[in-house]
Amino acid sequence: MQNTWIFIGIFVAMAAVFPLLPIVVAKFLAPSKPNAIKLDTYECGMETVGDTWVQFKVQYYIYALIFLIFDIEVAFLFPFAVAFDMLPLFAVVEGIIFILILVGGLFYAWRKGALEWT
Amino acid sequence: MTVEQGIFLFIGFLILFSGFMMVTRSNLVHAALYLILVLFGVAVLFVLLNAGFLAVVQIIVYIGAIAILMIFAVMLTRGDVTGEAITMNSVFGWGMLLSSLFGFALIIMLGQWPAVTSLAPALPASWNELVEIGVAFLSPQGFVIPFEVASVLLLAALIGALYVARAPKKGE
Amino acid sequence: MSFWQDPVAVIGQWILDLLISLNLPEAWVTFIYTLLGVIVVASFGLILVIFLIWVERKVAARFQDRLGPNRAGPYGLLQTLADIVKLLTKEDVVPEKADRLVFNIAPILSMVAVLLIWAVVPFAPGWIGTDLNVGVLYIAAVGSFGILSVLMAGWSSNNKYALLGAFRAVAQLISYEVPMLLTMLVPVLLARGMGMVHMVTAQDTWFIFLAPAAAVVFLISSIAELGRTPFDLLEAESEIVAGYHTEYTGMKFGLFFAAEFLHAFTVGVLFAIFFLGGWRGPWAEQAPILGLFYLMLKSIFGYFIIMWVRSTLPRIRIDHMLAFNWKFLTPVALALLILTAFLDKIFSETALRIPVLLIANLVVLAIGYVISSAMTRRQAKQRVKFKKRPVAKPA
Repeated sequence: MQNTWIFIGIFVAMAAVFPLLPIVVAKFLAPSKPNAIKLDTYECGMETVGDTWVQFKVQYYIYALIFLIFDIEVAFLFPFAVAFDMLPLFAVVEGIIFILILVGGLFYAWRKGALEWT
Repeated sequence: MTVEQGIFLFIGFLILFSGFMMVTRSNLVHAALYLILVLFGVAVLFVLLNAGFLAVVQIIVYIGAIAILMIFAVMLTRGDVTGEAITMNSVFGWGMLLSSLFGFALIIMLGQWPAVTSLAPALPASWNELVEIGVAFLSPQGFVIPFEVASVLLLAALIGALYVARAPKKGE
Repeated sequence: MSFWQDPVAVIGQWILDLLISLNLPEAWVTFIYTLLGVIVVASFGLILVIFLIWVERKVAARFQDRLGPNRAGPYGLLQTLADIVKLLTKEDVVPEKADRLVFNIAPILSMVAVLLIWAVVPFAPGWIGTDLNVGVLYIAAVGSFGILSVLMAGWSSNNKYALLGAFRAVAQLISYEVPMLLTMLVPVLLARGMGMVHMVTAQDTWFIFLAPAAAVVFLISSIAELGRTPFDLLEAESEIVAGYHTEYTGMKFGLFFAAEFLHAFTVGVLFAIFFLGGWRGPWAEQAPILGLFYLMLKSIFGYFIIMWVRSTLPRIRIDHMLAFNWKFLTPVALALLILTAFLDKIFSETALRIPVLLIANLVVLAIGYVISSAMTRRQAKQRVKFKKRPVAKPA
């Protein structure tokens, strides 16, 4: 195991402990007088009607899909950027072609109206 | 037992436990959250294998994008996904039996494969995994064709997903 | 190296010597030493946030021609401490219909996601938690836990406003992550490496002179990642109460709040590291304590811009927000990446590298601006025209 990652491992544990502390302290300091109205779902004083579960716009899903594609693209491009000095010009052009193909995808989505909110 | 082995065992149990919880939850969002725990465990395994880059990409792509996409997909469905859904049916027992047999077969087969039982040679001290990956992606002796094909694949996935997900406009 | 030049190295060496003199096994020495390092870095972030909330309130007040906090302590410096005491003694209400476990984990996760970034921040020469060779990608990876915490908070509250707020927030966060990641690639490309220390040492000329447009796009998309005005429609009070943390009270709300402030300053720090040369400055190598000073100065500059934008601009509409990202920032970021890769390969090692990249950046920004404003004008023409209605006359 790389030594540099031990620090991250301990950091994850400590970073969880630090915000946990005030919550635990608050448990002892804060009053606790629950009643039915206080524990009800907050909706500006009105009673909630129906389920929280409402069907969401499909548009959210489409944005998430486009995001996923670009996310993977970026993951491919980071090693390309790090190895930049080792690459001849034509390899850089290959990398640019890789990006351009996905630029084509973005413009396809644009033309098809997938980027419109309404 | 070294510290490394201890961490490996802990993460291994975490992955197995979360995987089991994931397939048995009737609440779909809980199942997705357990899936995220599994994916995180796999990222830790990559770190243990000295593959920091893969670990980070695992988190960015799987937890940051695919898990979020799944939760979105769950939320798009109409109907009460938080209620009791059926997670078992009448062939559950047969499925368990077959999959555990298959699992044992895999363990036995992999145990005979020399690459699994022997240690990989140590990497040279000046080894830079990122540069190696980057050069391998783009050199003609390496994987430049798969690299470009990956881009085309992503493009195809984008077009296909948009075609399926987008409701056709009026008059189309 | 004297104490005043590099206190961290001196104290670190003293502690290491102390631990070794106790005759502990080597693994324990490493563990305790690392643990102390973790505690120092993490609590630096947490103590900073107490101070930052005061700074932000004071600056925001000045922008609005007010005084800001001025009662608790000199200049109101103790105001945040008073607020913490208040938050600690507030009742912690967990709604009956909430999913308790997920509801309680979400605020902790949001704080963890921000704190984890500090593990790889190079404060000064030799002062860094750990120098991962994948530092920049690590920052992006940690950010995805922040997105997850928003989604968990919104869903587990079982409240319509919270869920709607979480959905808006996640749509915004993942959308702006695309230009942010793409513009983070530009400094990585210029530095030929993504370790954070390497990023700073590679900046003989600050990257803002090589990639000013990338710096602007990075800052804008980072502000959107923060969910601050003008991108604060994930907590638009008039529409969805308080967004995903509607149901949170007391210290759990406080954690979301503190995480947002710390994240805002962290963006300033990252901006300083990626584009303003991190800790670099005169004599920083000789006296690392000066490096910390320079880094903080540059970070506060970035943070001040964020506060300025916050106090100046109104909230934008959700369709504008998404269109601005996908139709302006993302194409510009992609164009910048392609141009930087191409020109840097051709002009690397020549004297022309800096002016060519600088001009290319400005040209991309100008072309992007012209195209997008032309499109906006065309859209404005297509707007529905209403018939003229006579004004009602008094009878």
